[in-house]
Formats: sequence, C-alpha cells, structure tokens
Amino acid sequence: MTAVIEVADLIKTYGTTRAVDGVSFDVQPGEIFGMVGPNGAGKTTTIECLEGLRRGDSGRVRILGLDPIAQREAVAERIGIQLQESSLPARLKAGEALALFGAFYHQALPPAELLERLGLSEKSGAAVAKLSGGQRQRLFIALALVNRPEIVFFDELTTGLDPQARRAMWDLVREIRSQGATVFLTTHYMEEAERLCDRVAILDHGQIVALDTPDGLIRSLGVENRLTFTVPDGRSVPDLAGVAGVERVEVNGERVLVSGRGRRFTSTVVGALEEAEVPFLDLRTEQPNLEDVFLALTGRQMRE
Amino acid sequence: MRGWKALTLTTLRLYLREPIGAFFTLAFPAMLVLLFGAIYGNEPVPMFGGRGTMDISMPAYTALILGTVGLLSVPITTAGYREQGILRRFRSTPMRPLTYIAADVVTNLIMTLLGMAVVVLLGWLLFRVRFEGSLPAVLCAVLLGGLAMSSVGYLIASLASTARLAQIIGMVIFYPMMFLSGAGMPIEILPESIRRISTYLPLTYVVRLLRGAWFGEPWREHGLEVLILAGILLVCGALAARFFRWE
Repeated sequence: MTAVIEVADLIKTYGTTRAVDGVSFDVQPGEIFGMVGPNGAGKTTTIECLEGLRRGDSGRVRILGLDPIAQREAVAERIGIQLQESSLPARLKAGEALALFGAFYHQALPPAELLERLGLSEKSGAAVAKLSGGQRQRLFIALALVNRPEIVFFDELTTGLDPQARRAMWDLVREIRSQGATVFLTTHYMEEAERLCDRVAILDHGQIVALDTPDGLIRSLGVENRLTFTVPDGRSVPDLAGVAGVERVEVNGERVLVSGRGRRFTSTVVGALEEAEVPFLDLRTEQPNLEDVFLALTGRQMRE
Repeated sequence: MRGWKALTLTTLRLYLREPIGAFFTLAFPAMLVLLFGAIYGNEPVPMFGGRGTMDISMPAYTALILGTVGLLSVPITTAGYREQGILRRFRSTPMRPLTYIAADVVTNLIMTLLGMAVVVLLGWLLFRVRFEGSLPAVLCAVLLGGLAMSSVGYLIASLASTARLAQIIGMVIFYPMMFLSGAGMPIEILPESIRRISTYLPLTYVVRLLRGAWFGEPWREHGLEVLILAGILLVCGALAARFFRWE
C-alpha cells in the first residue's frame, strides 16, 4: 500500500526555536493516526506543514503523492481541514456556511446531509455566533467533510469539550474512517490517542520520541498489569499460576494480587475466576497507559 | 474563480446584516440629503455655477460613500477577518486569493451603487436634482474612485497588526477628508487656506472626477484626477499585494 502522507526530515524553525526538528513518518490509507505531545511540542506546526498552510524550512512532505505547497489547490481539493484557531463570520448561518464552502470544491456534499450527519439539522438557520461551543465545533467538522476528503486533519479536535462531547467526537472520527477516509489528528489528551488511534507518534520538543500502536507503545514499557481482588471468608484462593499471561500471584490474607502481561490479561484472569466459580469482590485493575509511556520516555508528566 | 458567485452573494448578505456597515453606506448619506437639503434647499446658487446645493451634493455624497466603503469598511472587515481566523479558514480550501478579493470588490461596488441609488432617488423626489452627464461616464468614475479608495483600504488592512488599529487608521484618514475634500460639504463654502489643504487629499480627486462626470464635462478636463487616482490604485494595490497577510 502506498502511504497517503509521507514526511521525511521535516524541520521548521521560528527565530531560534526549532518547532519541528527532523520529523519523519508515513501514514497508510484508512488509518487513524495521532500525534500527541504537550502544548508547544510542535504538533500544530507539523499538521500545518502537512495541510500546506505552512512551509517547512527543509524536508519532504507528500500528501497523496503531491507537494502541499507547490500543488496547494490540488491537495486542498482532496483533503479536509479542521483548524485549531479559526472562525466564520458571526452573522453567517450554519447552512449558508456549508453551501458557501461547498462551492469552493469540484464536488461537495449537500449542506442538509452534512447537518443531519452532525446532528445540526435544527441549526441550519442559526447564525454562527449563536451556536454553542460544541455545535460550532461540529460545524467546523462538517466544513472539513464538505468535499468528501480522502484525508481529514483534526488539530486539537476535542480541546475544551466536556467528556461526553469528547466521546461523541471519537465516535464521529471512527465513523469518518469507516467511510474510507484517512484521519490525521493531534491531541494533548493521552487517553484520546490511546482509545482512538491506530498508531500514535509521541512528539516532544519537535521530535518524535516514539511511534507505534498504543498497545505496542505500552508493551515497550515492559510494565506489568496488576489485578487485585478479595476472596470472601472461608473460600480458598484459586490457583491462577497456570493462567496465560500470569507471572506472579501474591496472597495477603483475603486480598489477592495477580501480576502479568498481555493485552487480554485482565479478561483472562477474570475468565479463569469465573470458570473456577470463585466469587471475588472489590476487583481493581492497574494498567499502564500512554501517560506512563510519556513519563518513561521524557521523564516528565504529560499534563492536560 | 470557482466559488466566486457564492462568495459574492454571501459577502453581500453579510454586509446587509452588519448594521454599522449598512448604516454608513445606505442610511448616513441619505440623512445628509435630508439634513442639508432642509437647510440649503436646491435653489440655484452663482457659487455653484447656477446649480443648487443638492445638485452638486449628488456626486459629492457618492464620493463620500466611496470613501466610507474603501477607507472604513474594507480595512475593518479585512483586518477583522484576518484577526478572527476567517481568512485562515478560507485559505484552507482550494479557493484562490484573487477570488476572495474579486468577491469583496464586487460586493463593495454593489453596496456603493445601492447607496448612490438611495441618495439620488431622495434628491430627485425631494429636490428634483439635475443630472447632466452620462451614466457610463459616472459608472467609470465610480469604478476608478472606488478601486483607488479600496486599494488604500487593503493597504491599511495589510499593514495594521490588529483590526482595532486598522479601524483607527481608516478613521484618521477618512474623517478629515470627509470635511475637507468636498465630499461631506461643498468645497466652495470653505476658506481658501483649507481649500489648499484639500489638494493633498485623495478623496478631493474622487469628488472632482465625479462632479465632472455628473455634469457632463469632458474627460480631458479631468486628466489630472484620473492620473492621480490611477496612481493611488497602482501604488497602494501593489503594496497591499506585497504586504497582505492571511493570518
């Protein structure tokens, strides 16, 4: 498969600061590819170089095989962009905005269809200024989808949204991918990257410090999963040592701590307990996540 | 130029929805007709070559609209759109920069003609103002004067770092010109010393050219005005293109 996004040795300097310092990666068609990192890591500069809004100092960027600066129009025709900082005229209505932006492309989806898809049908006649934060964000996503893009770029899509709205956005991103588009997104929420992305590039000080699937990144830590539970009085502690993935079992009175590795560790252990018909109470799991990966790689906490 | 028509229609709609912009283009000149018409009427005056105050105010108020649109609307809207990230959003589409400018220019031209129509209609209904020129000549003068004023407006928007600053620069340039160029009140009633100042003001040449076209004077008598306005358009247009920023 040919990569739809190719980046090699991208460098961008502002004054004396290297915002992007030799970044290289490829994105395959149909992927949800995430770039995570703290604020100021160079995520927005990178995504803007891909979108053709910014020219890198050096390095090579190809979007669908095209140069996003030299072939700006051809690239813009085939990609969708949601910008971190942008707006629309306050008195423009949602439906008008979609009709207007649709007119800039060779092919465009009907405004009504997009509004429906993003749950904005009732807001078609509402002025941009009258929309809530979440509604406006959905309108901007609709704008990014108006030309049936082959690649959609989301820059900090869920920043400022409440957890419920954020989850709704994740479903939307998955749906966009399931309809055939490739998704490139930046985020500073590690949980978002972990839950949503097929592959994640961790960016710090303008450099990619790790790039893999979320599982792969977590596995590379070599940190184990832990699971603790309580066995009620008088019941014998089951023998879990032989269960796949389990490396150690410690019993302190009623409390049992099982450690091990593997993606299916928790469900395997719980399954074994069910199988043995051992009742368990107060089950707790402790799994390493991308926050731990970031901490291990940079020695710093990744704060929201 | 794909999207040009849609963008022009949208820009027009937004212009009419913006109360301040619509007021200065459509209502303010009409108020001047009512106010000064009530004070001076339209009796023939020797100072104006036997024409009435309202007769000579028609091309003057047209110039006033051109100044308002070019020096206030253009810089405030353009710099505001840049500051709010609206231009950035447009730039993320395949739309060409020239399409954006063309839609803006045509919108402003249509708004100018609307404002002009209101002024002339009022002047004719209330004061039976005279028109002695040719319509094509007036339209050419409106086009040249409008483009020249707008090029100054785009240059202001390109150089000012914020929308607020663009607005202030536009006002500082426009308001003195409104009084001293003959656009807001006839130049003939001003003292000689002020009339000398007026020769340094770009809007003065818009007023003179429009007055010439309005009263059927031949173009060759207004070579200086055409030359000055074309010069402003070329210089400011080139500088604006050079310094224009999308964000």
